[in-house]
Amino acid sequence: MLEFRKDIFADERDDNLLEIGQPTQRQDMLGHVTATSRYYDDHRFANLLHLKVLRSPHAHARIRSIDDSAAARAPGVKRIIRAADVPVNLNTLLSLMQFGKDDEPSLATDVVRYKGEPILGIVATSERAALEAMALVRISYDPLPAVFDVEEALKPGAPSVNPTYPKNTFEYHGKYDHQKLRFGDVDAAFAQADVVLEDRYQMSPIEHAPTETNGSIAVPDTNGRIVVYTSTQALFFSLDTAAKINALPSNQLHFIGGTVGGGFGGKVDTMTEPLAILAARLTGAPVRYRFSRHEEMQFGSPRGAERIYIKDGIMRDGRIIARQVRAYFDSGAYTRLSSYAVIKCAGHIPGPYTIPNVSADIYCVFTNRTPATAMRGFGVTAIDFAIECQMDKDAVAIGMDPLEFRMLNAYRDGDMKAHRREAKNCALIECAQVAAEKAQWPLRDEFRRMSSRQGGAARAGVTDRSRMPAPAVPPRVPASTTQRVTYERPMPAVSPAATPPPPPPTPPQPPAPAASGHGARRFSSVFGTRRR
Amino acid sequence: MKTPIQFRLNGEDVAAFVEGGANLLDTLREIVGDLSVKGGCWQGTCGTCTVLIDGVPRLSCITLAETCSGSSIETAAGLRRGSELHPLQIAFMERFAAQCGYCTPGMLMAAKALLDKNPNPTRQDVIEAISGNICRCTGYEPIINAVLDAAREHARSRA
Ligand code: FES
Ligand code: FES
Repeated sequence: MLEFRKDIFADERDDNLLEIGQPTQRQDMLGHVTATSRYYDDHRFANLLHLKVLRSPHAHARIRSIDDSAAARAPGVKRIIRAADVPVNLNTLLSLMQFGKDDEPSLATDVVRYKGEPILGIVATSERAALEAMALVRISYDPLPAVFDVEEALKPGAPSVNPTYPKNTFEYHGKYDHQKLRFGDVDAAFAQADVVLEDRYQMSPIEHAPTETNGSIAVPDTNGRIVVYTSTQALFFSLDTAAKINALPSNQLHFIGGTVGGGFGGKVDTMTEPLAILAARLTGAPVRYRFSRHEEMQFGSPRGAERIYIKDGIMRDGRIIARQVRAYFDSGAYTRLSSYAVIKCAGHIPGPYTIPNVSADIYCVFTNRTPATAMRGFGVTAIDFAIECQMDKDAVAIGMDPLEFRMLNAYRDGDMKAHRREAKNCALIECAQVAAEKAQWPLRDEFRRMSSRQGGAARAGVTDRSRMPAPAVPPRVPASTTQRVTYERPMPAVSPAATPPPPPPTPPQPPAPAASGHGARRFSSVFGTRRR
Repeated sequence: MKTPIQFRLNGEDVAAFVEGGANLLDTLREIVGDLSVKGGCWQGTCGTCTVLIDGVPRLSCITLAETCSGSSIETAAGLRRGSELHPLQIAFMERFAAQCGYCTPGMLMAAKALLDKNPNPTRQDVIEAISGNICRCTGYEPIINAVLDAAREHARSRA
């Protein structure tokens, strides 16, 4: 069972939460265990047609010619859908929020840019008839040089992948080829650091592999609208995207979904609805477009692969005084959501640690690979993996306990983040204390007493103040920044009642007397609410 | 050419005309109308489509429908008796052993095959019984615990 440590920050919370801490049954659980939950494919229609899509066998090639005449005459085939049939054949998902340029066709026109890119749709009376007709399509290609490595793609002379972004990098604000973060002066800090450690981290693309593959059924309604049953994770996002690609007012589409057989981010991309709707409009019949498992793996976007370089400057007393990050996100051939992942990554650097000198350059790079997309914390997961591996190596390099090393550098209330925002409502130290207790990981006394609420002039009592080296940040730092230059932090005005409890005893003591103020307060940093 | 086949589905007689080469999964879903059986890979790798044929768990996506003539088939739709849930269904609910629910029908049938044969399984027995069923959401621990709970409950109700 879950255990709630209400002794921590007890003074900041009324214990008036109704749902949190109570087991609550899922509203769809009875449907699941009785196998009556209705997924998109559990809707039945008379005369259902099936759409199958012919995909590129090449990572990069010019299409010289397409001959689908035999396929069009094949038994059961109702309609061939070509690029020219798609009303708006260029889109980018985030265009709905004016972010990025339309760069991805629904069906390739002259060039295919990754293996699996859709070229032609075949609508037939059965999946089998569609697949048999597909075997009759003749396409001739001129293969083009392809690039599969993010750093290779940025070299001069690399093949250009995506004509909307000919330099192989996404464009931010119409002019910047990457996201940049600058805080303090990392070079000067590296020069002063006791130890400088650099490493490279490479992620793989990861397929979400939901047990239910992506799919949808588009059904023409008698009122002229199209009803769409879909596996999407993002119903309105998909509705708007499908409306745009089909040049329809969105009130002509009625999307029904919500029961999704696993998504994990892989059902955000609106991969089947636009063509299913187009096929339904062209044939006047209900059409299902369902990915096979192979299509899900090859064409369904994976988590992007990131390459990350981290360089840290560390002092022997445990402080990290500089962190430099260079990262390349492999977007694949088109943007989908990687441009946004890069921004999340930039917002996350340098991790939950107070570091006075930070520099980061993060690129969204186009390669001839399957376009990447959202997956569980994308943009942050990989950089966190890299940072935490690096933290372990840093700790080893200076002979410090890795948990204590993290606690020492953890954000505390009042710290200045690299983004020039004040750290508020920090709790990493407390989390580490509980984790250490659970894992029976020995922490020294001063670490067991450490608190996110108290900076303390002596920097958590690791060493004598007198033995601490001079502040590592060079005087060059522009005076205009409000950056902290030492680890001293103002003692917050804490009333005696609010003094943090001693190291959590086992079993936990009853919560300290509740102070006034709602429990939500601590977590409302979005609105700038500060605890008293 | 279609072949007539006849089998028992959850205790009821069923007849269908199937294409040569049709698989049991499509036959159950598209012809017979039992939508409790789900497909996840259509190639015999995920276990989502598991049904019991004469008590033995089988992957319906790679079972030829014609070979099922005369057999007795059980699917998740037949687990409950009216409004009364099977102990496995109750245990899955109580143990939070489903999230998206898509693997659940196949999981339940794999577990039922085990409990029908072996009412007092060990943890290892349960792990082996569901080892052909992929769940991408829940994680296997809650599922294993649910099956063990159901076995205990079953034993208690008969004691
Ligand atoms: S659908 Fe039968 S094993 Fe996957
Ligand atoms: S609950 Fe989603 S796959 Fe098992």
